[in-house]
Amino acid sequence: MAEVVLADVSKVYPDGTRAVDRLNLHIADGEFLVLVGPSGCGKTTALRMVAGLEEISEGTLRIGERTVNSVPARDRDVAMVFQSYALYPHLTVRQNIGFGLELRKVPKEEIRRRVDEVAKTLGLEDHLDRKPRNLSGGQRQRVAMGRAIVREPRAFLMDEPLSNLDAKLRVQMRAEISRLQRQLNVTTVYVTHDQVEAMTLGDRVAVMKKGVLQQVAEPQELYDRPVNLFVAGFIGSPAMNLLQGSVSSADGAWWVTLGENRLRLPDEVLQARPGLRERAGAELIVGIRPEDMEDAELGGADDADGGADRLLRSKADLVEALGSELLVHFGVAAPRVVTEDTKELASAAGAADLADIATTPLGGDTAPESVLVARFSPRSAVREGAPVAVRVDTSRLHYFDLDGGAAIWE
Amino acid sequence: MTTTPTATADAPPAPQGGAAGGAPKRSLASRIVSRVGGGVLQVLLVVVAVFWLLPTLGLFVASLRDEADNNATGWWTALLAPAQLSLDSYGRLLGDSGFTSSFWNTVWITVPSTLLVVVIASLAGYAFAWMEFPGRDWLFLVVVGLLVVPVQVALIPVAQMYGFLGIFGSIGGVILFHVAFGLPFAIFLLRNFFAGIPRDLLEAARMDGGKEFTIFRRVIIPLGGPAIASLGIFQFLWVWNDLLIAMVFADTGSQPMTRALQSEMRQFGTNIDVLAPGAFLSLIVPLVVFFAFQRYYVAGTLAGSVK
Repeated sequence: MAEVVLADVSKVYPDGTRAVDRLNLHIADGEFLVLVGPSGCGKTTALRMVAGLEEISEGTLRIGERTVNSVPARDRDVAMVFQSYALYPHLTVRQNIGFGLELRKVPKEEIRRRVDEVAKTLGLEDHLDRKPRNLSGGQRQRVAMGRAIVREPRAFLMDEPLSNLDAKLRVQMRAEISRLQRQLNVTTVYVTHDQVEAMTLGDRVAVMKKGVLQQVAEPQELYDRPVNLFVAGFIGSPAMNLLQGSVSSADGAWWVTLGENRLRLPDEVLQARPGLRERAGAELIVGIRPEDMEDAELGGADDADGGADRLLRSKADLVEALGSELLVHFGVAAPRVVTEDTKELASAAGAADLADIATTPLGGDTAPESVLVARFSPRSAVREGAPVAVRVDTSRLHYFDLDGGAAIWE
Repeated sequence: MTTTPTATADAPPAPQGGAAGGAPKRSLASRIVSRVGGGVLQVLLVVVAVFWLLPTLGLFVASLRDEADNNATGWWTALLAPAQLSLDSYGRLLGDSGFTSSFWNTVWITVPSTLLVVVIASLAGYAFAWMEFPGRDWLFLVVVGLLVVPVQVALIPVAQMYGFLGIFGSIGGVILFHVAFGLPFAIFLLRNFFAGIPRDLLEAARMDGGKEFTIFRRVIIPLGGPAIASLGIFQFLWVWNDLLIAMVFADTGSQPMTRALQSEMRQFGTNIDVLAPGAFLSLIVPLVVFFAFQRYYVAGTLAGSVK
C-alpha cells in the first residue's frame, strides 16, 4: 500500500499531441480515486503511465517513497485490471490468479493458499479448474480482479473493468468492487467514462477533458459545486440544463432572467456568489439541475407566496414516466448554450450531430428556444401537450461565464 | 463475507434447448434439393478421394510383389492372387546399407532443418510483432521481400560459396540451405499470428512481473501453438520431400532418400521392387508426423481471454 503522486505528468506523442497535459494528482494511501471523462480525454493514458505501460514524457510519478518514472511495469508492484480482462486463455482460473506469484518465485504452497483465499473472497472456489472460455462474463471479471488482489500490490489500477458487463451485473460488480476496496484498503485508481460509476465508487473523482484535469473533489462536492461548465454538464443524469440568461436587480430584489421568465433569487445566493453582482445585466450561463425543478401544482414551497415569483411557464413536450419520477421536457424561450464544452459533452453522449442542427444564432430575430428536462415527483398530474408551471429552486442554480465556462463565485 | 448473490446471478449460459420448439418447417422441394445436393456432394468427395488414393494403393500393392510379377501384370491382379504378396522387397531394401544410410541422412537433414526454422522464426516473429527496435518495420519488409526470391536463382551462387567454405556436399550445407530458405515464410507466418494475440494479454503478463523472455515462453508460445505446429509440419514435409536441393548440395555420402530413389530410376525397364517399397517407406514418416501433430490445429485457443 502506498500513496500515488503525479506531479506535472504529461504524455506527448511524437506528432506533438498532448494526450495528458501537466496532470497533478495526489492519491492518498488507501484512497479510491476515479478518473472520469469522455473518450479521448486522456484518462486511460494517465492510468497506463502509472502502470508503466506507457512512457512518461514529462513530470514525475511517485509510488510510495519511490520515483518510478523509469522503473519497468513489472517492478512497480502495482496490479491492473483490464477492460478486456486479459485472462490467459491457456491457463485455468487457478493458474491465471497465481501467475503473478509464480513469476515472482513465491513458494508453491503459499501460492496455493493465497489463490484459495482470494477465490473464496470472490466466490470462485468452484471454478478454479476451469479455463476462462468456460466462464461467464461476470466470472471472468472476478478472475481478473482476483489476479490483481492475490498479489497484494501497493496499488490497484482499473481500466473500465465493468464496461463489458450487462447493466444488471455491472451494478452488482460495482458494489462488489467498492466492498473489496474498502476491505483491502489498497490505493486504487479507477478509470471510467460512466459518471454513475465515478460517483458511486470514488472517494474522490477527477474529471478530465482533452488531457487536462478539470476538477478533483469528493462526489457530492463535484455535483454541488462544479468549477466549470464541462464538469457541470458531465456529472449528473439527466444532465444539468444549461441556458443563456442574465442576473439583475429590480424592485428591491435580485432576479435571474431566462427568456421571458423572471425568477427571484434568494439573498443568500448573492452572498455566496458575490461575482454575480459584478456581472449584473450581463449575459451568462445559467445551469439548472433537473431535480431542482418541481411541478408548481403540487405546492410544497416553503416561501410565503408558494414560489409564485420563480416559475417557468411552458408546455410539456414530452413526459417520461419512470415510476419513481417523471422526466418532463419543456421549452423555454432562452438561447441554448453552445460552446466547445457543450459540443464535447454532446459528442460524449453520442449526439454531436443533434447539437449542431439545433444551434440557434445568438441574438437572432427568431425567439431561440431551449429544451429543459425537469425531474418531477410521480404525483404530478402533468400531461404531454398541456401547459405546465415549473417552480425552480433558485437557491440551487449554477452560473458560468459565457466566455470560458468558469463557475461564477467570487 | 460472502458473494452468494453474484455467484448465482451470472452462471454460464445454459444451452438453449427445447424452448425454441424445433427447427422451422421447410418446404418439400427444399428438403429434396438439400438431400440430393448433400448426396451428390458426398459421392463427389468419395470419387475424388479414390482418385487420389488409388495410385498410393497401387504403389503399396506393387511394393509387396516381386519384380517378375510386376513386370508381367498390373498391380491389381494381386488383389485376385494374394499369394503374390510378400514382404521380401522390404526385407531386401532394409538390408541394403546404401538405402538405410540415405534414410538416416533424410532424418539428419529434416529434423534439424525443422527445429532450427521453428525456433528461430518464433523468436524473430515475437521480436517483429511485439518488441520495439529501430528499423523494425524496414527489416520485416526485407524479410517479406525475400519470400519472392525463388530457390533456383540461389543455387549457383550458394554452390560457389559452399565450395569456398568447404561445406559443399555435407549434410550441414543442405540444412543451412533449407533453414535459410524456410525462414522468410516462417517468420512471416509466426509474426502475423503473434501480432494477432491481444496486446492486453502481453501487458497483463508484464504487470504480473514477466520479463520479455518469460512472456515469450509462458504466454506467446502456448498461444502460438497451432501456428507453430502447422509451421513445423509444413517445414518437415518440405524438407523431407525435397529433391532439388539434395540433388545440388548433397553428395552420395550425404544424400537423402529422395535422391537415392531418384538414382535408382532407369530409363529402360524398371526396378520397381526397389522404388515402390522405398517410396512407401519415405511416405510413412511424414504421415506419422502429420497425425501426431494435427491435434494442435485446434481452433479457438484464444477464446475467453479477452471479452
